Amino acid sequence: MNIATNLDDSWTVAGRSFRSRLIVGTGKYKSFEQNAAAVEASGAEIVTVAVRRVNISDPNQPLLMDHIDPKKITYLPNTAGCFTAEEAIRTLRLAREAGGWTLVKLEVLGEAKTLYPDMIETLRATEILAKEGFEPMVYCSDDPIAAKKLEDAGAVAIMPLGAPIGSGLGLQNQVMIRLIVENAKVPVLVDAGVGTASDAAVAMELGCDGVLMNTAIAEAKDPVTMARAMKLAVESGRLAYRAGRMGKRRYADPSSPLAGLI
Amino acid sequence: MHEDGTASIRVNGEHRRVREGMTIAELALELGLEPAKVAVERNLEIVPRSTLGEVRIEDGDDYEIVTFVGGG
Repeated sequence: MNIATNLDDSWTVAGRSFRSRLIVGTGKYKSFEQNAAAVEASGAEIVTVAVRRVNISDPNQPLLMDHIDPKKITYLPNTAGCFTAEEAIRTLRLAREAGGWTLVKLEVLGEAKTLYPDMIETLRATEILAKEGFEPMVYCSDDPIAAKKLEDAGAVAIMPLGAPIGSGLGLQNQVMIRLIVENAKVPVLVDAGVGTASDAAVAMELGCDGVLMNTAIAEAKDPVTMARAMKLAVESGRLAYRAGRMGKRRYADPSSPLAGLI
Repeated sequence: MHEDGTASIRVNGEHRRVREGMTIAELALELGLEPAKVAVERNLEIVPRSTLGEVRIEDGDDYEIVTFVGGG
């Protein structure tokens, strides 16, 4: 059977299987309605969410949960904005209590300007979280050695950045992403840096198990259409990876036969 | 404990005066929150959701009440 007719191409993280290889964020949208429509168009089965103080002065404001149903879409709580292991762990303990989920996204940032991960704190947090029964999917630098250490520490997925968070620059580090994919025994997802559909396809063609993005969809002029474009790009890149691309040549190779030329 | 039967606490960084002895679940409802949609930390310790209706507020408590919001 060829690959295109084998429709079961699900992937598994921490024992949970998903068909969609696209994870989308829920930040920066103009409205909850637009956000929900974009999630629908993306086909995503997992969305990232942040943990923040409730608005006590206006408790009747609509909640994310009222628009994106956590019973239908898996919420992946993140630790965005945390700069130490302790802050991140505290945030995720609260997230686990709020939702009852142990599958979480860990990110420990090094500084506000680049939002580049602090890998020492990230590794420390991963170890502690794994011991506490969490299943952390971990945002990390594109360092194959650090990625291996994260995996050994209990990361259930490795999520290297393709470019700085929110930059939309596309994958600046294809060689390193490929090395991480080749070495990993857990899923690898590019998290951050995707700007448009072709970037998502590139990540999948490198052999990544999935792609996580937020800004590329939320800040598109038409987020719902871009969400659909990303769905197609991830599927397309995945199929191209499975099909196995042709080898590259330095010179031309004619597609029409040379024999029988008049 | 104050003479007027109230407790002085902090909720998400803001001072509040509430009835001494009320439970955390009662506090959440008084704040207009659905206990099922929030998580509560009391003096830096998680309060398991199953005990929100049992744990009673004490003077000087510091609470963080959080929920899920949009994020990447």
